[in-house]
Amino acid sequence: MVAALAAGAAVAAWPAAAQFRIEISGVGATQLPLAVAAFRDETKSPVPVSQVLRADLERSGRFRTLNVAAALDERSTIKLTDYKAQGADALVAGSVSRLADGRWDVRFKLWDAVKGEELLAQSKVVQSADLRLAAHRIADEIHFKLTGERAVYATRIAYVVKTGRRFSLLITDADGEGAQVALASPEPLISPAWSPDGGKLAYVSFETQKAVVWVQDMSSGQRRMLANFRGSNSAPAWSPDGKTLAMTLSTDGLAQLFTMPAAGGTPTRLTRSSAIDTEPVFAPDGRSLFFVSDRGGGPQVYRLVLPSGVPERVTFSGSYNISPTISADGKLLAYITRQGGAFKLATHDLETGQVTLITDTSDDESPSFAPNGKLLVYASRVQGADVLMTSTLDGKIKTRLVSSGADVREPAWGPFTAAAG
Amino acid sequence: MNPSFKRPLSLGSMFALTLTLALAGCQTTKPAASVQAPVETRSPVPIDPAAAAAATGAAVSAPVVAPMSRVSTVDLSQSPENGALASAAMRVVYFDFDSFVVKDEFRGVVEGHAKALAADRNRKLVIEGHTDERGGREYNLALGQKRAEAVARSLALLGAGSGQVEAVSFGKERPAAQGSDESAWARNRRAELKDR
Repeated sequence: MVAALAAGAAVAAWPAAAQFRIEISGVGATQLPLAVAAFRDETKSPVPVSQVLRADLERSGRFRTLNVAAALDERSTIKLTDYKAQGADALVAGSVSRLADGRWDVRFKLWDAVKGEELLAQSKVVQSADLRLAAHRIADEIHFKLTGERAVYATRIAYVVKTGRRFSLLITDADGEGAQVALASPEPLISPAWSPDGGKLAYVSFETQKAVVWVQDMSSGQRRMLANFRGSNSAPAWSPDGKTLAMTLSTDGLAQLFTMPAAGGTPTRLTRSSAIDTEPVFAPDGRSLFFVSDRGGGPQVYRLVLPSGVPERVTFSGSYNISPTISADGKLLAYITRQGGAFKLATHDLETGQVTLITDTSDDESPSFAPNGKLLVYASRVQGADVLMTSTLDGKIKTRLVSSGADVREPAWGPFTAAAG
Repeated sequence: MNPSFKRPLSLGSMFALTLTLALAGCQTTKPAASVQAPVETRSPVPIDPAAAAAATGAAVSAPVVAPMSRVSTVDLSQSPENGALASAAMRVVYFDFDSFVVKDEFRGVVEGHAKALAADRNRKLVIEGHTDERGGREYNLALGQKRAEAVARSLALLGAGSGQVEAVSFGKERPAAQGSDESAWARNRRAELKDR
């Protein structure tokens, strides 16, 4: 049965998600020229490691990668001045070797061609299923060493795909590749939310003909209902310590906020209004909650200091502001604002109050911050198709994921995860 | 009892109804985590290092752990109760934009159902609220819930018992009409009344 289900998922009954493709607009940031050599023996492994990390670095818009003709690996003696002369600031080379137990040893070195010195030298031992992850972690390490910034290449994104009348919850690498199906259903799925350790997803499923919150373990596929009270149960959000979920319940007839232990149990009510209160999201320090309420007329973003503070309004420009997501440092709120008839992604600086529009599309939905706080993924509509987009905070570097034959929506960017062993 | 409200239920939809009733409509004090949906939950298949090694012809030198990247697939498409209760009686109440008011022109629809519920206290109804496609999914889920609750209140005022009616919402997830014009939007702003 396990094999049958897995085989079913591998067959192209699920639309293949194409890679996120980059679109750089406006004046590009300075791009660091990086020479990338094919890793020795990588063609003997299931994953072309150097191509994955090269594509990651290119897609960030921060690097321009150069080909390397010579056959190099991490043990080669390199004449770095040659590469500097060809215009490279840095060089990476490596190898992929199969171990006796079936795992792979991925090794690489990063050199500074300008200073003529070695910057990084590493070995990663992984199972075949984690080769892509190893390539993404190497890209993260190169990016950090050369820019001082933490990248998110080794993170994952969850999103919903609708094909005809079928819905599936997909997990892909942050580049859009390596799609795996977590759930397939004949009824709608919305609001996926990653647990802080990246091992579980909470989501809303309509498989019982109403909105119910479920929690599913990604690795095992085990799932359970978390909230199935009277009416609609939705908008799950994990606390930073992973022990509690906030959510929207309508037990008294109107959408209000509650918390529940992640292991299940009795809900505790958080808001008491005669309005719609929904879309909770915890601040990164776990001490307050942002949410959407229309207690003032139209939906706006509010903040509530836990456990029982009076909600304070946060958004004041525009009459319809929804779907908040908060950066990892707690300083920036991103959300969807309606302007005229258009729904657009905006950010609100919580310290200065400055509001910035990020997109020039007009059907944006469900933004989610990357865990480094520097990128946003969101759903949008381009030329009649539902697509996913990522954007830098200044809106200048965007990537687009289009899945032909399917509508993609409801993205949720997963957390950083520590390397195993 | 008005004979036009008698609907014989097929075995399939009886099964579906039984499951739906078993799963839904819990009181707030009942821990939801104890309710399991009829979906196959798969336990992780333990990996036998010796067998795996024998298969690959490799010597065993390290303990086998699950890869970090693996996602197991759960497929609900095989579930017996999927799909709408097609044979159930259905009525629809339509709403104006941004409104939850049950207009007078739908009073007859609501009255008919309220009378049937008052006459037979074993009878149950679910009201499914919907919105048009404009706006966010979660906010629209709540708006659809308000529409369903407005119809539920009307039914209660006209004689239905509160335990006989559940109001739920599909927000904008289950449109009746495709399209991005007022005609499609008007057909999607609705509450559907379904026998259970």
